[in-house]
Amino acid sequence: MSAAEATRLDHGDDAGGLATLRQGLRVSPELAQGWWITALLALTMTAGRIVVPIAVQQTIDKGLTGAGGPDMSYVAWMCVVCAAGVLVTAGASYLTTVRLAINSERGLATMRIKAFRHVHDLPVLTQSTERRGALVSRVTSDVDTVSQFLQFGGFIFLVSIGQMLLATVVMFFYSWQLALVVLICFVPLFASLKYLQRLMSAAYGVVRAKVGEMLSAIAEPVVGAQVVRAYAIEQRTQQRIDGSIEDYRRTATRAQAITGITFSIGGLAAGLANAGVLTAGVLLGVDKQATLGEILAFMFLVALFSDPVQIATQVLTDAQSAFAGWRRVLGVIATPADVVDPGESGVVQARGPISVEFSDVDFAYPEGDLVLRDVDVRLEPHRRVAVVGETGSGKTTFAKLLTRLMDPTSGAVLLDGVDAREISFVSLRERVVMVPQDGYLFDASLAENVRFGRPEVTDAQLLEAFESLGLTDWLESLPDGLDSPVGQRGESLSAGERQLVALVRANIADPDLLVLDEATSAVDPGTEVRVNAALERLMAGRTSVTIAHRLSTAEAADEVLVFDNGEIVERGPHDELVGAGGVYTRLHDSWIAQRSEL
Amino acid sequence: MHLTVLESVLPMPKVPDKGSVTRRGFAVLRVAVWEEPWVFALSVLASMVYGAMTVADGWALGWATDHVIRPALERGDTTFGAVASLISLFLGIAVLRAIGVVGRRIGAGIMQFRLQATYRRRVTRQYLKLPLEWHHQHPTGMLLSNANADVESIWFVIAPLPMAIGVIAMLGFATAAMFAADVWLAVVGCLVFPLVFVANVIFQRYLQPLATRAQQLRADVSEVAHESFDGALVVKTLGREAAETERFRTPTYALRDANIAVNKARGMFDPVIDGLPRLGVLAVLLVGVGRVRSGAADAGDVVQVAFLFTLIGFPIRALGWVLGELPRSVVGWDRVQRVLTAEGGMEYGDQRLTSTEAARLEVSGVRFGYLPNRDVLTGVDFTVEPGRTVAMVGPTGAGKSTMTTLLTRLVDPEEGAVKVDGVDLRSLARDELAGSVALVAQTAFLFDDTIRGNITLGGDYGDEDVWDALRIAQGDGFVKSLPDGLDTKVGERGTTLSGGQRQRIALARALVRRPRLLILDDATSAVDPQVEARILAGLRSAVRDSQAATTVLVIAYRKATISLADEVLFLDEGRITAQGTHLELQQKSAAYRDLVDAYEKDAARRQEEAELAAEIDDLDAEGASA
Repeated sequence: MSAAEATRLDHGDDAGGLATLRQGLRVSPELAQGWWITALLALTMTAGRIVVPIAVQQTIDKGLTGAGGPDMSYVAWMCVVCAAGVLVTAGASYLTTVRLAINSERGLATMRIKAFRHVHDLPVLTQSTERRGALVSRVTSDVDTVSQFLQFGGFIFLVSIGQMLLATVVMFFYSWQLALVVLICFVPLFASLKYLQRLMSAAYGVVRAKVGEMLSAIAEPVVGAQVVRAYAIEQRTQQRIDGSIEDYRRTATRAQAITGITFSIGGLAAGLANAGVLTAGVLLGVDKQATLGEILAFMFLVALFSDPVQIATQVLTDAQSAFAGWRRVLGVIATPADVVDPGESGVVQARGPISVEFSDVDFAYPEGDLVLRDVDVRLEPHRRVAVVGETGSGKTTFAKLLTRLMDPTSGAVLLDGVDAREISFVSLRERVVMVPQDGYLFDASLAENVRFGRPEVTDAQLLEAFESLGLTDWLESLPDGLDSPVGQRGESLSAGERQLVALVRANIADPDLLVLDEATSAVDPGTEVRVNAALERLMAGRTSVTIAHRLSTAEAADEVLVFDNGEIVERGPHDELVGAGGVYTRLHDSWIAQRSEL
Repeated sequence: MHLTVLESVLPMPKVPDKGSVTRRGFAVLRVAVWEEPWVFALSVLASMVYGAMTVADGWALGWATDHVIRPALERGDTTFGAVASLISLFLGIAVLRAIGVVGRRIGAGIMQFRLQATYRRRVTRQYLKLPLEWHHQHPTGMLLSNANADVESIWFVIAPLPMAIGVIAMLGFATAAMFAADVWLAVVGCLVFPLVFVANVIFQRYLQPLATRAQQLRADVSEVAHESFDGALVVKTLGREAAETERFRTPTYALRDANIAVNKARGMFDPVIDGLPRLGVLAVLLVGVGRVRSGAADAGDVVQVAFLFTLIGFPIRALGWVLGELPRSVVGWDRVQRVLTAEGGMEYGDQRLTSTEAARLEVSGVRFGYLPNRDVLTGVDFTVEPGRTVAMVGPTGAGKSTMTTLLTRLVDPEEGAVKVDGVDLRSLARDELAGSVALVAQTAFLFDDTIRGNITLGGDYGDEDVWDALRIAQGDGFVKSLPDGLDTKVGERGTTLSGGQRQRIALARALVRRPRLLILDDATSAVDPQVEARILAGLRSAVRDSQAATTVLVIAYRKATISLADEVLFLDEGRITAQGTHLELQQKSAAYRDLVDAYEKDAARRQEEAELAAEIDDLDAEGASA
């Protein structure tokens, strides 16, 4: 029914890394708080790691092989200094970790909340139930991916870069020739890094796709247990599952193999560098251009240099998926909301009888055909209006425009003569309330669900609201009365009872204009009668518009609007329309035929 | 599943139900080894090569220091042979070590993913085997996570396992190498390595509850998001977006704080675990200088031990990783075992249904309940003669849907019997019933497949059959308008269909099989009344002048649906209380009248009210004129 375009989300796929960063910092300013302190600490932390190679060199050259044999006091003094260096490193490391965690977690929490709030303003949320899962991922797993990367990968990344740079500096300080040898030995690895990383992210991309396929195959015997059994297709189902499990296993193992090979290449390069340094060191040492301590210190420096390189490919792959997750979340925040609250500057209307006017309203989903055209109608206060028409005739769109879940493409919806777009949300939602077909219930008590719209109402007022709809009997029949839990999505109650809760909820909200989407599902006659009686009482004294699926509702209305193909084709009370020989007559005939024997 | 030699000789190790997490965790590891002995052996072998070569690296440096570098530097000269041996030694060790690393990682990967796959296959086989009652007792979300996340969490521990075992070997080699170099230096090592290990264990113990809490909070955040987005229409129409955001803020902030706590723990332990080997190196240098001065050790010995400390500091963490993963592994194991050890499953006979005529359905003395002592059906008796169309009518909760699950043998009655063509369903061969009986349930379940696949379900039906079925189900129109027609994928990545469209596909799925007994459980509730009327008319003509004779049992509320039937069964409070034609029942049963006429009554009441109001108006008018 809704055009695919209306459910579009900005994925921000085309945003570059730097643009993402800028946008991300704008959304979560906490991320950059005191960044230079963190950077200084991180530098101190990596500096401490260089202590060991220097200590080794000093011990060997000055302590062991220095003039006059081993010098115990020099080594002892140096070891104390170095130990102090290690301790400072530890302190700096702790502070860096904690600062990074606090800033990133605060920033991400801010982003998560902003995204959550914004999702509620997106039309896709109410128009495409299928996309809700994706929206939930935006505020959950996508943010978690970024958080986990910043905690592990981001930290390692920061340390690694510092460690490699510092190790390089110290190497050049000791011997530029040996330093060059080390760098040359790592050239093949650096050259292949980009390629390996691409290979890895491609492999993991396939893995992710296969996980999705596997999950959907595994869901079949669980969600579709009844169909699988009734049609005796256990074997076929198992084959599909086995196939998808095997696909996933194969691709995951392959990705793991690529990771393993990549990881080992770093070690190979380190081995090559070791052999190169020792050989070159011996040749240089023979010419008195390198001391034993320096040569050996290089072995420790090579270890410092190669460790980060070995994990770099893994970190880069993680970084890629973290950035992709970040972009997706930012993309949601950047998706413009169709319906905007005028906020402070909006009109605040007085409460009381309300009139509604559609003035030359057209509506089309973006890049779609017109769903409503030339709707021009005025509904007087206190009227009871029924909207009828076949599926796709535009009656639901009419209700969505009326409640400002969407705005018209052209024309205007006026409430008491004021364009709905100019009325503040607070005022609008106070005056206009829609009761959807399936009144969604939250996993909480009956009372909490009923006072959802107005948390401040007292229990006494709640009881009054039940009473005024004639539902006290029903309330008392529940085991815990107002405190009865309704279960997930209200599943502890029957469909009819959920409708009752939705009606009481609307009663508490006490709107001037009530928009009802009539439930189509059959409920048992007892509840049916209760629902109808409660509805009557709820509509009394208000303007109401009901999207009628049963023509009995239209029969009882003051006025009927008949929609056909996006237009209002007939209008008037039931009695006038039923004999007019138009669309309504046709709808009514088939309704009658369906109620009686064929 | 492959059967290894070990498997036939050794029984699968048992994981005790009680005991410490570590003990139970090791039992799960034994199971893993038992399941994949060869892969495990190979990856451990590779890991030991890696461990040995790491120690050899240290040893080689010590040897090179004393035998090649120092002599060369002291003499001011070296030989080609010395340099060549240096290069080949270090390169050789590096290559062997790399082979060890690759073997270890690939081996661990193969083992981890094979175990995952094996257990996923076992869990899903249980899902297909266990009766529908068992499914009803377990929430869908839980079953999905049993087969996916829980299986995964059992075997995460396999990834670091070979490395951890290699590290244990490495520590053994290192200790030997240190003692061979110098006793006192070895003593320093024997102090530092256990300390690093203990720090790791304490860290994992400390981290575990924090990590678990963060995991729980992630679930909380997700729950609020799911609920809030599912109820978006209510949130929006009542203007509660800001309040919902506040509700979301609570678990989000709790998660933020939990993540910070995890990082504080990491920030505290990481420098300790990193720093200990570094302090160890300094201690080695200090002690080493003393030993060299007293002539008990060479410079090479000191260098070797110091280098070993640098090399072993990181791998030793693998032991901590394994210990840290054990609790998660045990939790996953317990959850998966609950599925794998569940008992149940249907027994089948060997009878066949050979008739090609419409089926005869006979239900006698059927009693059934989901919970003990709470019967849904109590003594149901009825017969549907071949070719008849029978409507079953009754209030919500009367047991109508339960009846359909008994007729299709999704469950078995506790007493009494359901018979098709005189054969008790329980004595039919497996899959035999599906050849004759088709059920269309209230909610249409579609597979992540094409529309054709959803209708044929892999059965051998031509396109013509599929289109015929769709035509009767009033689904041919919208399927034709889809871009890929019958080949359109439905589900998350494909086209999304409305409830009514889904129901029509489910109906076509049943019709294409030309069942001899068709059971419709309110199967057209989501389609427009006008469309429903067309479906019913099509169905009636298909049934009446059918080449394929079908008996139909239909559960319905709407009069049009009921009027399709030759006969009506009125099910109330778990038994058939009235039976006959629609007209007969209307005369016979007050309860039936009340139910079927509910809509009319509602309309009539409004009519009366309106007439009453008109009368009052008239009276007022008369009063005024008098």
